[in-house]
Amino acid sequence: MSSTVVPAATETPRLGEGGPTPRALRRRSVRHFTATDALVLAGSLGASASLVWVVFYQLTFLAGAAGYVVCTLAVFLAIYYVANRHLFGRMAAADRVVAALATMAAAGVVTALALVVAWLVAHGYHLVSVTFLTRDQKGVLNTQPASAGGISHAIVGSLEEVGLATLIGAPAGVVTAVFLSEVGGRITGLVRTVVTAMSGLPPIVAGLFIYVVLITELHYGFRGFAGSLALAIMILPNVTRTTEEVLSVVHESLREASMALGAPAWRTVWSVVIPTARTGIVTALLLGIARVVGEAAPLIVTIFGSPAMNANPFSGPQEALPLFVFDYRSSSVAADIERAFSAGLVLVALVAVLFLLARIFSAMKPGTVGRLLRPSRHRRQEALS
Amino acid sequence: MRRESGAAPAALEEPAPVPAPAPLRTVTTASGLVADGVSAWFSGRLVIESVSLEMEASKVTALIGPSGCGKSTFLRILNRMHEVTPGAELAGRVLLDGEDIYGPEMRPTETRRRIAMVFQKPNPFPAMTVEDNVLSGLKFSGKRPRGKEKDDLVEEMLTRAGLFSEVKARLKTLGGELSGGQQQRLCIARALAVRPSVLLMDEPCSALDPSSTRRIEETMREIAEEVTVVVVTHNMQQAQRVSDYCALFLAGENAPGRIVEKGSTKDIFENPKDERTSDYVHGRFG
Ligand SMILES: Nc1ncnc2c1ncn2[C@@H]1O[C@H](COP(=O)(O)OP(=O)(O)OP(=O)(O)O)[C@@H](O)[C@H]1O
Ligand SMILES: [Mg+2]
Repeated sequence: MSSTVVPAATETPRLGEGGPTPRALRRRSVRHFTATDALVLAGSLGASASLVWVVFYQLTFLAGAAGYVVCTLAVFLAIYYVANRHLFGRMAAADRVVAALATMAAAGVVTALALVVAWLVAHGYHLVSVTFLTRDQKGVLNTQPASAGGISHAIVGSLEEVGLATLIGAPAGVVTAVFLSEVGGRITGLVRTVVTAMSGLPPIVAGLFIYVVLITELHYGFRGFAGSLALAIMILPNVTRTTEEVLSVVHESLREASMALGAPAWRTVWSVVIPTARTGIVTALLLGIARVVGEAAPLIVTIFGSPAMNANPFSGPQEALPLFVFDYRSSSVAADIERAFSAGLVLVALVAVLFLLARIFSAMKPGTVGRLLRPSRHRRQEALS
Repeated sequence: MRRESGAAPAALEEPAPVPAPAPLRTVTTASGLVADGVSAWFSGRLVIESVSLEMEASKVTALIGPSGCGKSTFLRILNRMHEVTPGAELAGRVLLDGEDIYGPEMRPTETRRRIAMVFQKPNPFPAMTVEDNVLSGLKFSGKRPRGKEKDDLVEEMLTRAGLFSEVKARLKTLGGELSGGQQQRLCIARALAVRPSVLLMDEPCSALDPSSTRRIEETMREIAEEVTVVVVTHNMQQAQRVSDYCALFLAGENAPGRIVEKGSTKDIFENPKDERTSDYVHGRFG
């Protein structure tokens, strides 16, 4: 790199330059979970499990796995605290007990979700097949086995209804958030209150509102689009609240930098604030959508439901996945209940995909989304540089 | 209140020798800036009172003074950034080439384009590439240079800010991925790219290493030909090296900030009239 020649023998390997062997740079682990720690943990768990077993089943004749687990965990915390305090002192013990509590809470949440999904998979997986996903329920009698017919009409209906709801609700939500966070003024407080109230609106009320206004007053009739409007009412406040949160994280100094360069307010919002918050906004949208994909209540009174495929959301009753689950689960026929479980599984998978996308977007660096959306221009830039 | 222009330049000492500046395209002409009886309030609290200062065209004026005496506030009043802060009020006039920038027919966006600003903390746009950061000011005013013109402009501005050699291979990386000092120099390049007639710099070197600091100081001297520079600094040597004129701000315990003394840098440092000035520049307080 430099022109001065240094005799190689006197040169000591410098940090960060690789040194003679790459292995000389071994990364050190800075988290220490020693054998003692592991022993204390395992010992406390074993001790509490055995102690509670003795008390629970031998001395008191209590029963029930759930009670046993809860008591074991409580006793574990106590033993864990005492053991750690004895070995490492009061501060370290408190620290570890709090960490153990937090871990247990997290594990509890994950277990609850895993159980729901596992239960659904166990009941629903055997029906999910290509035929199930590509056929509708037209002409299928409930005396036929569950393998007859499918849910394609519900999938298509859900995608169309939610898609249209997003087209209406999402832009309105983002623009409202921009108003709250960037424009402001005297009515900000009022708008924010209304949005908050809207996000607390029971889904069935959103459905009934559309029902009363569109279907009974304007004689618009049941159709997918009516459901979309009800869902849009639910998407809007969620998107607004999350997006406003995301916009408020954009540092004030960036707005000032933009203004100091002579940008008018709309330019600042469009070219600086939104691009900076873009990944967050995309996440807000996906979460807002995922939130309503599973709503059945607003659809009951707006799309009505239909066993046959209806790909036109603007005419005639339509089906939707959550509505299908709701209807078929309330049936007294075993085959219908089976269908409901499988449709539920498909619905959960759909929501999972949306959440996964949200996670991927939120982990992205700012600007990545824009580049993904404009791949051709990006490639041209790459070629130039 | 106003100093006679022309008195100082004759006696002006040449600053530290500067390598011959590359011939720069002179697109703008420097404008003189005059603050006339400027006061400022934050939520009703008076923080600077009746400050008058003439910042001569094509010269570097340094604002010095202890922390909290209102230097940044004063600087922000000079390009209408003060009014952006909620609860901020002001009095007085600021004349750019004799025209009051707070006059009813003046648009803040236009004024800010002519009076650019570099902030105390680096604030590049994190979602834009290094190149787009440099071009952002032009984009905001609807101009989009293309092709070679664009590349030349980016290179020229980054070179002036002393950053080009470090980032020339990384023009397409995001502005937020540079180091703090590099970010500050990127902000300087960004401010210069709009070819302002006045450049306000609020402690531009407080995050920089000595060699970048030197590069920025050289840039200030170079661009003074075509841009009037007003710089806030806590570094007395820097004030001496770069500025033609100096103004010392001081604020009392519960009193708002005022200018204690102003004049040619040479006078302020070698021959101060006020005892507080001599105390401050020799580091005896503040
Ligand atoms: N946004 C604000 N809201 C309320 N008060 C403010 C605000 N900004 C500055 N002030 C007050 O105005 C006074 C002057 O602040 P200013 O930032 O101009 O000082 P400064 O001279 O730039 O200091 P430093 O050298 O530390 O940057 C201070 O007393 C400060 O508390
Ligand atoms: Mg300051």
